[in-house]
Amino acid sequence: MVQASLDGILLGILFALIAYGMALQWGVMNIINIAQGDLVILGGYIAYTMYLAGIHPAWGVIVSPIIMFFVGWALYKLVINKVVDRDLFISILATFGIAIIFQQLMNFIFGADVVVAQSEYGTTMLFDNSVTLPNSKIFSAVVSILYAIALVIYMKKSRLGRAIRATAQNARAAKILGVDTEKVYAATFGINAALCGIAGALIAITLTLHPYVGLPYTVRSFMIVIVAGLGNLPAVAISGMGLGLFEEFADYILGTEFRIGAVFMLLVFILVYRRFKLSKKREYLK
Amino acid sequence: MNKFTKLFITFISAITLMLSSMSSSFAKVDGEYIVLGAAISLTGKYSSNGVHTQNGYNLAVERINKMGGVEVQGKKYKFEIIYYDDESNPKRAAQLAERLINQDGVKYMLGPYSSGLTKAIAPVTEKYKIPMVEANGASRSLFTKGYKYLFAVLSPANQYLEVAIDLAVEKNGGKPVRIAQAFEQDAFSQDVRLGILDAAKRTGSEIIIDDKLPKELNDMAATLAKVKATKPDVLVVSGHTKGALTAIRQIAEMKVDVPMLAMTHCDAAKLSKQHGKKSEYALCASQWHKNLSYKDSFFGTGKKYDKDFKKEFGYAPPYQSAESSAALLVFKDAFERANSFDGDKVRDALKTTEMQTFYGNIKFGPGGQNTAKPMILFQVRCKGDTCENKVVAPTKWASDKFYHPIPKWSERS
Repeated sequence: MVQASLDGILLGILFALIAYGMALQWGVMNIINIAQGDLVILGGYIAYTMYLAGIHPAWGVIVSPIIMFFVGWALYKLVINKVVDRDLFISILATFGIAIIFQQLMNFIFGADVVVAQSEYGTTMLFDNSVTLPNSKIFSAVVSILYAIALVIYMKKSRLGRAIRATAQNARAAKILGVDTEKVYAATFGINAALCGIAGALIAITLTLHPYVGLPYTVRSFMIVIVAGLGNLPAVAISGMGLGLFEEFADYILGTEFRIGAVFMLLVFILVYRRFKLSKKREYLK
Repeated sequence: MNKFTKLFITFISAITLMLSSMSSSFAKVDGEYIVLGAAISLTGKYSSNGVHTQNGYNLAVERINKMGGVEVQGKKYKFEIIYYDDESNPKRAAQLAERLINQDGVKYMLGPYSSGLTKAIAPVTEKYKIPMVEANGASRSLFTKGYKYLFAVLSPANQYLEVAIDLAVEKNGGKPVRIAQAFEQDAFSQDVRLGILDAAKRTGSEIIIDDKLPKELNDMAATLAKVKATKPDVLVVSGHTKGALTAIRQIAEMKVDVPMLAMTHCDAAKLSKQHGKKSEYALCASQWHKNLSYKDSFFGTGKKYDKDFKKEFGYAPPYQSAESSAALLVFKDAFERANSFDGDKVRDALKTTEMQTFYGNIKFGPGGQNTAKPMILFQVRCKGDTCENKVVAPTKWASDKFYHPIPKWSERS
């Protein structure tokens, strides 16, 4: 039980990081990025390449976001800026296209084999060996939390952070007041990609990489964002951990085959519950 | 669009149509060539194994052609293969099979990579009565549908790990064992699971954990937590390369102690290379290993094949390549015995195949599966930091002793 909950929480923190990136650019640009998971995997491959070159893959959590920031920036300039003010449907289609291109490119460059990077961090044992915590998972949780805190401070204090928040609240007003929204959008997409890069590097040392496993990450972060709402970091963190916990427990109690199914049931339940609550509020307004 | 352009387009399409209908007339045997068709995954998620398959086919074609080709009715013929890329997509594979048969006029087919794609193609070849020799579709369901034109040179999936259970019982002094198992939810792994269920029933063993892993899952922590709590005698995992890599990583991280760990896809996942010492003592099912003592006149022994393949392609042949090469040897043998290019005669000849290749003995059962070749088990063993796969069962070919039980993590360096 303790084992399952700890596993769940550690995994959830990682999901929360990816979800926060999605919430950020969804909130600012009103774009649902289907390619989110593929950006994560690309970040992972950057760490894996370093590992192959003989550098410890943990450095990937610094190198990968830097490279991914520019990848995100370039993506924005090439594709996203053309769909940012359009219908939500168009942006979904565009990012879906990007996802397919990324998958094929990664397959082409890195091959279709499943790969792992070794961190050799060992394992921490608790309660007389009955509970084991892989140090790589602890490492990934700590890194995620540090980056999340850094990001929150950056958003609050820096000029660009304020500009991003202003644009999220009202893009037109921000523009009138002299915020270069074009630059803000590009930076937001870059930051999102960088967050994906960190998460990817962490996945390379805790789980496995493969060009086609991006989608589950997109789906999970989408779910976390739906539950938590946009631009609410504590909520994203809590719902991320909650999801991780829920998944592990569903797996532990019901069996692995029900894991994903249970998550979707939860999503349906939350959506229905939210609607129900909202409709009550609406009655008030009448 | 003016009148002229319209006329021009009509003209061009007419010519294309004519050409495409013509191409089928010079098909099955084209001059001195016997044309075989194959849809193979050159892109998409199966692309690395697709390439292993293609390399295996190509090496055999080159070898057979160089050594005199195929003799039918006193005339020598050479093999030629038309390849298409099925993008690892079953729908596409079925379309391409139709295209190979209808447009390219292919009369004999080689199989694609993976059970799923073979399943997609088999109904098409069956419909047009095209004999297909396949080397990479092991799913049991392929051989229970009564297909008459499908022949597989490999052992069916349910045999993959049955031997491992027998071995566990033997090590347990003939007493039943407690089995924990986790299988991915796909045709192949579920067939491996059926094999384990059979073996468990036969030996009176009990299955205490029976998890099904979703395709997109890369975290087995919950399953392993259960394993830690229940302490089974054997842990069986099958989920392609991702399953093998995930299992080893998390077993090592969570320090899960089991006396015996049996898996599939260890060599495809390059377990001993990617995980090194963490993968030591893992027991793996394999169709072929270069150290086996089978022989034929084209490739010689397994070791010779290994050497030739390395020279040609620069890497050691996985069993996916070896079995693909064997498929061509089977076709050659069948053509010569049929002494004809008639599809049904070739099929009848295939049905009565009984031969030895470097890859193993081949004889087809009523469903088209190879019944003459047992699966082998190897165990990952390490010396220092280099780890190797050593054949440990069946005893006839064992190069090393089976190490049992696996030492506890606390005792491993």
